[in-house]
Amino acid sequence: MNQFIAAFAWIFDPAHSVGPNGIPTRVGEHVVYTILTLVIAMAIALPAGFAVGHTGKGKTLVVQISGGLRALPTLGLVTLLALLVGIGLLAPLIALVILALPPILAGAYAGLESVDRNTIDAARAIGMTEWQILAKVEIPLALPLIIGGIRSSCLQVIATWTVAAVLPLGGLGRYILDAIPSLDYSEMLAASILVTVLALVADGVFAITQRLVVPRGVVAGRVQEVRVRTIRSRPGAGSNLPDHQTS
Amino acid sequence: MSWFWSNFGLIWQLTVNHVGLSIPPILLGFVLSVPIAWVANRFRLSRGVILSIAGLLYVIPSLPLFIAMPSIIGTKSLDPLNVIVALSIYGLALMVRTSADALASVDGDVRLSATSIGFSGWGRFWGVDLPLAGPVMLAGVRVISVSTVSLVSVGSIVGVSSLGNLFLDGYARYFPEEIVVGIIGTLLIAVVFDLAIVIAGRLLMPWTRSSRRADRRARAATAQAVSSS
Repeated sequence: MNQFIAAFAWIFDPAHSVGPNGIPTRVGEHVVYTILTLVIAMAIALPAGFAVGHTGKGKTLVVQISGGLRALPTLGLVTLLALLVGIGLLAPLIALVILALPPILAGAYAGLESVDRNTIDAARAIGMTEWQILAKVEIPLALPLIIGGIRSSCLQVIATWTVAAVLPLGGLGRYILDAIPSLDYSEMLAASILVTVLALVADGVFAITQRLVVPRGVVAGRVQEVRVRTIRSRPGAGSNLPDHQTS
Repeated sequence: MSWFWSNFGLIWQLTVNHVGLSIPPILLGFVLSVPIAWVANRFRLSRGVILSIAGLLYVIPSLPLFIAMPSIIGTKSLDPLNVIVALSIYGLALMVRTSADALASVDGDVRLSATSIGFSGWGRFWGVDLPLAGPVMLAGVRVISVSTVSLVSVGSIVGVSSLGNLFLDGYARYFPEEIVVGIIGTLLIAVVFDLAIVIAGRLLMPWTRSSRRADRRARAATAQAVSSS
Protein backbone atom coordinates (compact mmCIF):
# COMPACT_ATOMS: atom_id res chain seq x y z
CA MET A 1 0.00 0.00 0.00
CA ASN A 2 2.96 2.31 0.73
CA GLN A 3 3.85 2.05 -2.92
CA PHE A 4 0.50 3.52 -3.86
CA ILE A 5 0.95 6.35 -1.37
CA ALA A 6 4.35 7.10 -2.88
CA ALA A 7 2.82 7.02 -6.35
CA PHE A 8 0.12 9.52 -5.39
CA ALA A 9 2.75 11.69 -3.76
CA TRP A 10 4.57 11.64 -7.11
CA ILE A 11 1.42 12.63 -8.97
CA PHE A 12 0.64 15.54 -6.64
CA ASP A 13 4.23 16.77 -6.45
CA PRO A 14 4.07 20.34 -7.83
CA ALA A 15 7.35 19.72 -9.69
CA HIS A 16 5.51 17.29 -11.96
CA SER A 17 2.69 19.63 -12.95
CA VAL A 18 4.66 22.05 -15.17
CA GLY A 19 7.03 22.03 -18.12
CA PRO A 20 7.44 19.81 -21.18
CA ASN A 21 7.66 16.72 -18.97
CA GLY A 22 4.78 17.82 -16.71
CA ILE A 23 1.66 15.72 -16.24
CA PRO A 24 -0.70 18.12 -18.12
CA THR A 25 1.61 18.12 -21.17
CA ARG A 26 1.94 14.34 -21.19
CA VAL A 27 -1.79 13.79 -20.75
CA GLY A 28 -2.42 16.28 -23.57
CA GLU A 29 -0.03 14.43 -25.88
CA HIS A 30 -1.62 11.11 -25.04
CA VAL A 31 -5.09 12.45 -25.77
CA VAL A 32 -4.04 14.08 -29.07
CA TYR A 33 -2.28 10.90 -30.26
CA THR A 34 -5.33 8.85 -29.34
CA ILE A 35 -7.85 11.08 -31.08
CA LEU A 36 -5.68 11.31 -34.20
CA THR A 37 -5.41 7.51 -34.37
CA LEU A 38 -9.12 6.99 -33.82
CA VAL A 39 -10.17 9.50 -36.49
CA ILE A 40 -7.97 7.85 -39.13
CA ALA A 41 -9.04 4.34 -38.11
CA MET A 42 -12.72 5.31 -38.20
CA ALA A 43 -12.32 6.87 -41.65
CA ILE A 44 -11.08 3.50 -42.92
CA ALA A 45 -12.99 0.94 -40.87
CA LEU A 46 -16.48 2.44 -40.70
CA PRO A 47 -17.11 2.62 -44.48
CA ALA A 48 -15.64 -0.86 -44.93
CA GLY A 49 -17.77 -2.28 -42.11
CA PHE A 50 -20.90 -0.57 -43.45
CA ALA A 51 -20.26 -1.88 -46.96
CA VAL A 52 -19.92 -5.44 -45.73
CA GLY A 53 -22.81 -5.17 -43.30
CA HIS A 54 -25.13 -3.62 -45.87
CA THR A 55 -24.35 -5.87 -48.84
CA GLY A 56 -23.69 -8.98 -46.78
CA LYS A 57 -20.68 -9.74 -49.00
CA GLY A 58 -17.36 -10.68 -47.51
CA LYS A 59 -18.62 -11.41 -43.99
CA THR A 60 -16.23 -14.26 -43.37
CA LEU A 61 -13.38 -12.18 -44.76
CA VAL A 62 -14.11 -9.30 -42.35
CA VAL A 63 -14.24 -11.59 -39.33
CA GLN A 64 -11.00 -13.26 -40.42
CA ILE A 65 -9.23 -9.97 -41.09
CA SER A 66 -10.35 -8.44 -37.83
CA GLY A 67 -9.33 -11.58 -35.97
CA GLY A 68 -6.05 -11.85 -37.84
CA LEU A 69 -5.02 -8.22 -37.28
CA ARG A 70 -5.55 -8.73 -33.57
CA ALA A 71 -2.93 -11.47 -33.57
CA LEU A 72 -0.24 -8.99 -34.69
CA PRO A 73 1.85 -8.21 -31.61
CA THR A 74 1.57 -4.50 -30.83
CA LEU A 75 5.13 -4.09 -29.70
CA GLY A 76 6.53 -5.87 -32.75
CA LEU A 77 4.55 -3.77 -35.18
CA VAL A 78 5.50 -0.52 -33.45
CA THR A 79 9.23 -1.28 -33.33
CA LEU A 80 9.36 -2.71 -36.87
CA LEU A 81 7.64 0.31 -38.40
CA ALA A 82 9.91 2.63 -36.43
CA LEU A 83 12.91 0.99 -38.10
CA LEU A 84 11.33 1.00 -41.56
CA VAL A 85 9.66 4.43 -41.56
CA GLY A 86 12.00 6.27 -39.25
CA ILE A 87 11.75 8.04 -35.94
CA GLY A 88 8.79 10.34 -35.47
CA LEU A 89 5.08 10.15 -35.02
CA LEU A 90 4.30 8.55 -38.39
CA ALA A 91 5.60 5.04 -37.66
CA PRO A 92 3.70 4.45 -34.41
CA LEU A 93 0.67 6.18 -35.90
CA ILE A 94 0.52 3.67 -38.77
CA ALA A 95 0.98 0.78 -36.34
CA LEU A 96 -1.69 2.08 -33.99
CA VAL A 97 -4.19 2.67 -36.81
CA ILE A 98 -3.71 -0.94 -37.96
CA LEU A 99 -4.39 -2.13 -34.41
CA ALA A 100 -7.37 0.19 -33.98
CA LEU A 101 -9.14 -1.16 -37.08
CA PRO A 102 -10.44 -4.60 -35.95
CA PRO A 103 -12.84 -3.52 -33.17
CA ILE A 104 -14.33 -0.68 -35.25
CA LEU A 105 -14.68 -2.91 -38.30
CA ALA A 106 -16.23 -5.73 -36.30
CA GLY A 107 -18.55 -3.34 -34.46
CA ALA A 108 -19.79 -1.73 -37.68
CA TYR A 109 -20.29 -5.08 -39.35
CA ALA A 110 -21.90 -6.79 -36.36
CA GLY A 111 -24.12 -3.75 -35.81
CA LEU A 112 -25.52 -3.78 -39.33
CA GLU A 113 -25.79 -7.57 -39.27
CA SER A 114 -27.91 -7.35 -36.11
CA VAL A 115 -30.60 -5.24 -37.81
CA ASP A 116 -33.74 -7.26 -38.48
CA ARG A 117 -33.95 -8.25 -42.17
CA ASN A 118 -37.70 -7.57 -42.13
CA THR A 119 -37.08 -3.96 -41.10
CA ILE A 120 -34.73 -3.47 -44.05
CA ASP A 121 -37.16 -5.11 -46.45
CA ALA A 122 -39.91 -2.86 -45.14
CA ALA A 123 -37.73 0.21 -45.72
CA ARG A 124 -37.03 -0.97 -49.26
CA ALA A 125 -40.72 -1.66 -49.84
CA ILE A 126 -41.76 1.88 -48.94
CA GLY A 127 -39.33 3.15 -51.58
CA MET A 128 -36.16 4.07 -49.72
CA THR A 129 -32.99 4.05 -51.77
CA GLU A 130 -30.09 1.88 -50.60
CA TRP A 131 -28.30 4.97 -49.25
CA GLN A 132 -31.39 6.01 -47.31
CA ILE A 133 -31.72 2.52 -45.88
CA LEU A 134 -28.11 2.65 -44.77
CA ALA A 135 -28.23 6.15 -43.32
CA LYS A 136 -31.74 6.23 -41.88
CA VAL A 137 -32.45 2.64 -40.91
CA GLU A 138 -29.38 0.48 -40.55
CA ILE A 139 -26.89 2.88 -38.98
CA PRO A 140 -29.28 4.33 -36.37
CA LEU A 141 -30.37 0.85 -35.34
CA ALA A 142 -26.78 -0.36 -35.28
CA LEU A 143 -25.43 2.64 -33.34
CA PRO A 144 -25.04 0.91 -29.96
CA LEU A 145 -22.74 -1.74 -31.47
CA ILE A 146 -20.94 0.75 -33.74
CA ILE A 147 -20.11 3.01 -30.82
CA GLY A 148 -19.22 -0.06 -28.76
CA GLY A 149 -16.60 -0.95 -31.38
CA ILE A 150 -15.13 2.57 -31.37
CA ARG A 151 -15.14 2.52 -27.58
CA SER A 152 -13.08 -0.63 -27.26
CA SER A 153 -10.81 0.53 -30.05
CA CYS A 154 -10.24 3.76 -28.13
CA LEU A 155 -9.28 1.87 -24.97
CA GLN A 156 -6.89 -0.29 -26.92
CA VAL A 157 -5.32 2.78 -28.53
CA ILE A 158 -4.81 4.46 -25.15
CA ALA A 159 -3.14 1.29 -23.87
CA THR A 160 -0.97 0.90 -26.94
CA TRP A 161 0.30 4.50 -27.04
CA THR A 162 1.64 3.76 -23.57
CA VAL A 163 3.57 0.78 -24.94
CA ALA A 164 4.66 2.80 -27.98
CA ALA A 165 6.79 4.97 -25.67
CA VAL A 166 9.58 2.44 -26.26
CA LEU A 167 10.15 4.86 -29.15
CA PRO A 168 11.15 8.44 -28.38
CA LEU A 169 7.61 9.80 -28.04
CA GLY A 170 5.56 11.85 -25.65
CA GLY A 171 2.48 10.64 -23.86
CA LEU A 172 2.11 9.03 -20.46
CA GLY A 173 4.12 5.97 -21.45
CA ARG A 174 7.19 8.24 -21.47
CA TYR A 175 7.22 8.27 -17.65
CA ILE A 176 7.04 4.48 -17.46
CA LEU A 177 9.74 3.81 -20.02
CA ASP A 178 12.01 6.50 -18.54
CA ALA A 179 11.57 5.10 -15.05
CA ILE A 180 12.27 1.46 -15.91
CA PRO A 181 16.09 1.75 -16.30
CA SER A 182 16.40 3.60 -12.99
CA LEU A 183 13.86 1.27 -11.30
CA ASP A 184 11.91 4.27 -10.00
CA TYR A 185 8.87 2.28 -9.00
CA SER A 186 6.79 5.17 -7.65
CA GLU A 187 7.07 7.01 -10.99
CA MET A 188 6.12 3.86 -12.91
CA LEU A 189 3.15 3.22 -10.68
CA ALA A 190 2.12 6.88 -10.78
CA ALA A 191 2.14 6.86 -14.58
CA SER A 192 0.22 3.57 -14.58
CA ILE A 193 -2.44 5.13 -12.38
CA LEU A 194 -2.65 8.16 -14.69
CA VAL A 195 -3.07 6.00 -17.80
CA THR A 196 -5.72 3.92 -16.08
CA VAL A 197 -7.61 7.02 -15.00
CA LEU A 198 -7.39 8.37 -18.55
CA ALA A 199 -8.78 5.09 -19.89
CA LEU A 200 -11.60 5.09 -17.33
CA VAL A 201 -12.51 8.68 -18.20
CA ALA A 202 -12.51 7.86 -21.93
CA ASP A 203 -14.68 4.82 -21.25
CA GLY A 204 -17.08 7.00 -19.26
CA VAL A 205 -17.25 9.59 -22.04
CA PHE A 206 -18.16 6.83 -24.49
CA ALA A 207 -20.77 5.41 -22.12
CA ILE A 208 -22.42 8.84 -21.93
CA THR A 209 -22.13 9.41 -25.70
CA GLN A 210 -23.73 6.05 -26.29
CA ARG A 211 -26.72 7.15 -24.22
CA LEU A 212 -27.01 10.56 -25.86
CA VAL A 213 -26.49 9.57 -29.48
CA VAL A 214 -28.56 6.42 -29.73
CA PRO A 215 -32.11 7.26 -30.88
CA ARG A 216 -34.75 6.82 -28.21
CA GLY A 217 -36.72 4.42 -30.36
CA VAL A 218 -33.75 2.07 -30.57
CA VAL A 219 -33.26 2.05 -26.82
CA ALA A 220 -36.95 1.49 -26.16
CA GLY A 221 -37.07 -1.47 -28.52
CA ARG A 222 -34.02 -3.19 -27.14
CA VAL A 223 -34.51 -6.20 -24.93
CA GLN A 224 -32.90 -5.27 -21.64
CA GLU A 225 -32.28 -8.71 -20.18
CA VAL A 226 -31.50 -11.55 -22.51
CA ARG A 227 -32.67 -13.99 -19.87
CA VAL A 228 -36.13 -12.55 -19.51
CA ARG A 229 -36.89 -13.13 -23.15
CA THR A 230 -36.23 -16.85 -23.11
CA ILE A 231 -38.17 -17.92 -20.04
CA ARG A 232 -41.82 -17.23 -20.59
CA SER A 233 -45.14 -18.94 -20.29
CA ARG A 234 -46.64 -19.88 -23.61
CA PRO A 235 -50.23 -19.76 -24.68
CA GLY A 236 -51.71 -23.25 -24.83
CA ALA A 237 -49.48 -24.54 -22.06
CA GLY A 238 -52.24 -24.37 -19.49
CA SER A 239 -52.00 -20.72 -18.52
CA ASN A 240 -55.09 -19.64 -20.44
CA LEU A 241 -57.36 -22.47 -19.32
CA PRO A 242 -60.25 -21.55 -17.05
CA ASP A 243 -59.55 -22.25 -13.40
CA HIS A 244 -62.20 -24.90 -12.87
CA GLN A 245 -60.68 -27.14 -15.56
CA THR A 246 -57.29 -27.29 -13.96
CA SER A 247 -58.57 -27.87 -10.43
CA MET B 1 18.26 -15.83 -42.55
CA SER B 2 21.73 -16.57 -41.19
CA TRP B 3 20.83 -14.68 -38.04
CA PHE B 4 17.81 -16.92 -37.61
CA TRP B 5 19.81 -20.17 -37.80
CA SER B 6 22.69 -19.01 -35.66
CA ASN B 7 20.30 -17.84 -32.95
CA PHE B 8 17.83 -20.67 -33.24
CA GLY B 9 18.49 -21.82 -29.68
CA LEU B 10 17.61 -18.42 -28.24
CA ILE B 11 14.53 -18.04 -30.44
CA TRP B 12 13.31 -21.50 -29.47
CA GLN B 13 13.81 -20.74 -25.77
CA LEU B 14 11.86 -17.47 -26.10
CA THR B 15 9.10 -19.28 -28.02
CA VAL B 16 8.81 -21.86 -25.22
CA ASN B 17 8.64 -19.02 -22.67
CA HIS B 18 6.00 -17.28 -24.75
CA VAL B 19 3.86 -20.42 -24.95
CA GLY B 20 4.30 -21.04 -21.24
CA LEU B 21 3.16 -17.52 -20.40
CA SER B 22 0.17 -17.70 -22.77
CA ILE B 23 -1.45 -20.99 -21.78
CA PRO B 24 -2.35 -20.31 -18.11
CA PRO B 25 -4.26 -17.06 -18.82
CA ILE B 26 -6.30 -18.67 -21.61
CA LEU B 27 -7.20 -21.73 -19.52
CA LEU B 28 -7.85 -19.75 -16.33
CA GLY B 29 -9.89 -17.15 -18.19
CA PHE B 30 -12.13 -19.80 -19.68
CA VAL B 31 -12.47 -22.13 -16.68
CA LEU B 32 -13.13 -19.37 -14.13
CA SER B 33 -15.55 -17.58 -16.44
CA VAL B 34 -18.06 -20.45 -16.40
CA PRO B 35 -19.02 -20.41 -12.69
CA ILE B 36 -18.90 -16.61 -12.61
CA ALA B 37 -21.14 -16.39 -15.68
CA TRP B 38 -23.50 -18.88 -14.04
CA VAL B 39 -23.73 -16.70 -10.93
CA ALA B 40 -24.18 -13.64 -13.16
CA ASN B 41 -27.19 -15.20 -14.85
CA ARG B 42 -28.62 -16.82 -11.74
CA PHE B 43 -29.60 -13.64 -9.90
CA ARG B 44 -31.13 -10.53 -11.37
CA LEU B 45 -28.83 -8.15 -9.49
CA SER B 46 -25.56 -10.03 -9.95
CA ARG B 47 -25.62 -9.88 -13.75
CA GLY B 48 -25.26 -6.11 -13.94
CA VAL B 49 -22.71 -5.96 -11.13
CA ILE B 50 -20.48 -8.76 -12.45
CA LEU B 51 -20.58 -7.60 -16.05
CA SER B 52 -19.78 -4.01 -15.02
CA ILE B 53 -16.78 -5.15 -12.98
CA ALA B 54 -15.60 -7.28 -15.89
CA GLY B 55 -16.00 -4.29 -18.22
CA LEU B 56 -13.98 -2.04 -15.91
CA LEU B 57 -11.18 -4.60 -15.50
CA TYR B 58 -10.84 -4.75 -19.25
CA VAL B 59 -10.43 -0.96 -19.37
CA ILE B 60 -7.11 -1.06 -17.46
CA PRO B 61 -4.28 -0.80 -20.02
CA SER B 62 -1.88 -3.75 -20.17
CA LEU B 63 1.50 -2.19 -19.41
CA PRO B 64 0.19 -0.26 -16.38
CA LEU B 65 -1.45 -3.43 -15.06
CA PHE B 66 1.82 -5.37 -15.41
CA ILE B 67 3.59 -2.62 -13.49
CA ALA B 68 0.96 -2.37 -10.76
CA MET B 69 0.84 -6.15 -10.22
CA PRO B 70 3.74 -6.41 -7.71
CA SER B 71 2.16 -3.83 -5.42
CA ILE B 72 -1.22 -5.59 -5.62
CA ILE B 73 -0.29 -9.27 -5.26
CA GLY B 74 3.10 -8.77 -3.59
CA THR B 75 5.32 -10.44 -6.19
CA LYS B 76 8.82 -9.35 -7.20
CA SER B 77 8.92 -6.91 -10.10
CA LEU B 78 10.50 -9.34 -12.62
CA ASP B 79 8.28 -12.29 -11.66
CA PRO B 80 6.51 -13.91 -14.66
CA LEU B 81 3.47 -14.25 -12.38
CA ASN B 82 2.84 -10.52 -12.88
CA VAL B 83 2.19 -11.07 -16.56
CA ILE B 84 0.30 -14.35 -16.08
CA VAL B 85 -2.05 -12.94 -13.43
CA ALA B 86 -2.64 -9.69 -15.34
CA LEU B 87 -3.44 -11.52 -18.58
CA SER B 88 -5.68 -13.97 -16.72
CA ILE B 89 -7.64 -10.98 -15.44
CA TYR B 90 -8.08 -9.75 -19.03
CA GLY B 91 -9.03 -13.18 -20.31
CA LEU B 92 -11.53 -13.59 -17.50
CA ALA B 93 -12.98 -10.11 -17.95
CA LEU B 94 -13.65 -10.74 -21.63
CA MET B 95 -14.73 -14.35 -21.22
CA VAL B 96 -17.25 -13.68 -18.43
CA ARG B 97 -19.34 -11.54 -20.75
CA THR B 98 -19.20 -14.06 -23.59
CA SER B 99 -20.01 -16.98 -21.27
CA ALA B 100 -22.84 -15.11 -19.57
CA ASP B 101 -24.38 -14.23 -22.95
CA ALA B 102 -23.87 -17.78 -24.20
CA LEU B 103 -25.55 -19.34 -21.16
CA ALA B 104 -28.36 -16.80 -21.26
CA SER B 105 -29.04 -17.49 -24.92
CA VAL B 106 -29.98 -21.13 -24.27
CA ASP B 107 -33.63 -21.44 -25.24
CA GLY B 108 -35.91 -21.28 -22.22
CA ASP B 109 -38.21 -23.94 -23.66
CA VAL B 110 -35.30 -26.36 -23.99
CA ARG B 111 -34.39 -25.77 -20.36
CA LEU B 112 -37.97 -26.27 -19.23
CA SER B 113 -38.14 -29.52 -21.24
CA ALA B 114 -34.91 -30.71 -19.66
CA THR B 115 -36.31 -30.05 -16.20
CA SER B 116 -39.57 -31.76 -17.05
CA ILE B 117 -37.90 -34.98 -18.20
CA GLY B 118 -36.11 -35.11 -14.88
CA PHE B 119 -32.80 -33.27 -15.09
CA SER B 120 -31.64 -31.87 -11.77
CA GLY B 121 -30.38 -28.30 -11.75
CA TRP B 122 -26.76 -29.52 -11.63
CA GLY B 123 -27.32 -32.18 -14.27
CA ARG B 124 -29.12 -29.76 -16.53
CA PHE B 125 -26.26 -27.29 -16.36
CA TRP B 126 -23.68 -29.89 -17.46
CA GLY B 127 -25.94 -31.88 -19.78
CA VAL B 128 -27.97 -29.16 -21.46
CA ASP B 129 -26.94 -25.55 -20.77
CA LEU B 130 -23.19 -25.91 -21.15
CA PRO B 131 -23.22 -28.01 -24.37
CA LEU B 132 -25.69 -25.63 -25.99
CA ALA B 133 -23.67 -22.58 -24.92
CA GLY B 134 -20.43 -24.28 -26.04
CA PRO B 135 -20.07 -23.00 -29.61
CA VAL B 136 -20.45 -19.34 -28.58
CA MET B 137 -18.01 -19.86 -25.68
CA LEU B 138 -15.57 -21.43 -28.13
CA ALA B 139 -15.65 -18.26 -30.24
CA GLY B 140 -14.84 -16.28 -27.09
CA VAL B 141 -11.92 -18.55 -26.17
CA ARG B 142 -10.47 -18.08 -29.66
CA VAL B 143 -10.58 -14.30 -29.19
CA ILE B 144 -8.88 -14.36 -25.77
CA SER B 145 -6.28 -16.80 -27.10
CA VAL B 146 -5.29 -14.43 -29.89
CA SER B 147 -5.15 -11.35 -27.70
CA THR B 148 -3.26 -13.13 -24.90
CA VAL B 149 -0.57 -14.40 -27.27
CA SER B 150 -0.18 -10.89 -28.65
CA LEU B 151 -0.10 -9.17 -25.23
CA VAL B 152 2.48 -11.53 -23.70
CA SER B 153 5.15 -9.77 -25.76
CA VAL B 154 4.41 -6.47 -23.95
CA GLY B 155 5.63 -8.23 -20.80
CA SER B 156 9.20 -8.06 -22.09
CA ILE B 157 9.15 -4.30 -21.37
CA VAL B 158 8.86 -5.17 -17.66
CA GLY B 159 11.56 -7.84 -17.95
CA VAL B 160 9.49 -11.01 -18.40
CA SER B 161 11.12 -12.73 -21.35
CA SER B 162 9.13 -13.89 -24.34
CA LEU B 163 9.33 -13.36 -28.09
CA GLY B 164 8.80 -9.69 -27.22
CA ASN B 165 12.50 -9.58 -26.30
CA LEU B 166 13.26 -9.84 -30.00
CA PHE B 167 11.26 -6.66 -30.64
CA LEU B 168 13.10 -4.59 -28.04
CA ASP B 169 16.48 -6.04 -28.94
CA GLY B 170 15.89 -5.69 -32.69
CA TYR B 171 14.82 -2.09 -32.22
CA ALA B 172 17.80 -1.25 -30.00
CA ARG B 173 20.22 -2.80 -32.52
CA TYR B 174 18.44 -1.39 -35.58
CA PHE B 175 17.88 -4.92 -36.89
CA PRO B 176 14.47 -5.40 -38.60
CA GLU B 177 15.02 -9.10 -39.33
CA GLU B 178 15.01 -9.90 -35.62
CA ILE B 179 11.68 -8.08 -35.18
CA VAL B 180 10.18 -9.86 -38.19
CA VAL B 181 11.22 -13.23 -36.76
CA GLY B 182 9.51 -12.27 -33.49
CA ILE B 183 6.32 -11.20 -35.25
CA ILE B 184 6.17 -14.38 -37.34
CA GLY B 185 6.86 -16.48 -34.25
CA THR B 186 4.03 -14.78 -32.36
CA LEU B 187 1.64 -15.23 -35.29
CA LEU B 188 2.60 -18.92 -35.56
CA ILE B 189 1.87 -19.46 -31.87
CA ALA B 190 -1.49 -17.70 -32.30
CA VAL B 191 -2.38 -19.86 -35.32
CA VAL B 192 -1.36 -23.12 -33.61
CA PHE B 193 -3.36 -22.21 -30.50
CA ASP B 194 -6.36 -21.30 -32.62
CA LEU B 195 -6.21 -24.62 -34.49
CA ALA B 196 -5.85 -26.50 -31.21
CA ILE B 197 -8.92 -24.74 -29.79
CA VAL B 198 -10.97 -25.41 -32.92
CA ILE B 199 -9.97 -29.09 -32.93
CA ALA B 200 -10.72 -29.40 -29.22
CA GLY B 201 -14.12 -27.85 -29.93
CA ARG B 202 -14.80 -30.39 -32.72
CA LEU B 203 -13.85 -33.28 -30.46
CA LEU B 204 -15.84 -32.06 -27.48
CA MET B 205 -18.85 -30.85 -29.48
CA PRO B 206 -19.13 -33.11 -32.54
CA TRP B 207 -22.70 -31.97 -33.18
CA THR B 208 -21.62 -28.45 -34.20
CA ARG B 209 -19.80 -29.62 -37.32
CA SER B 210 -20.78 -28.06 -40.64
CA SER B 211 -24.09 -26.51 -39.74
CA ARG B 212 -24.70 -23.23 -41.45
CA ARG B 213 -26.66 -21.90 -38.50
CA ALA B 214 -23.84 -22.76 -36.12
CA ASP B 215 -21.35 -21.04 -38.43
CA ARG B 216 -23.45 -17.90 -38.43
CA ARG B 217 -23.80 -17.93 -34.64
CA ALA B 218 -20.09 -18.46 -34.15
CA ARG B 219 -19.28 -15.68 -36.62
CA ALA B 220 -21.63 -13.28 -34.85
CA ALA B 221 -20.13 -14.22 -31.49
CA THR B 222 -16.62 -13.60 -32.78
CA ALA B 223 -17.57 -10.21 -34.18
CA GLN B 224 -19.25 -9.38 -30.88
CA ALA B 225 -16.23 -10.44 -28.83
CA VAL B 226 -13.75 -8.62 -31.08
CA SER B 227 -15.77 -5.43 -31.07
CA SER B 228 -16.09 -5.48 -27.29
CA SER B 229 -12.52 -6.40 -26.50
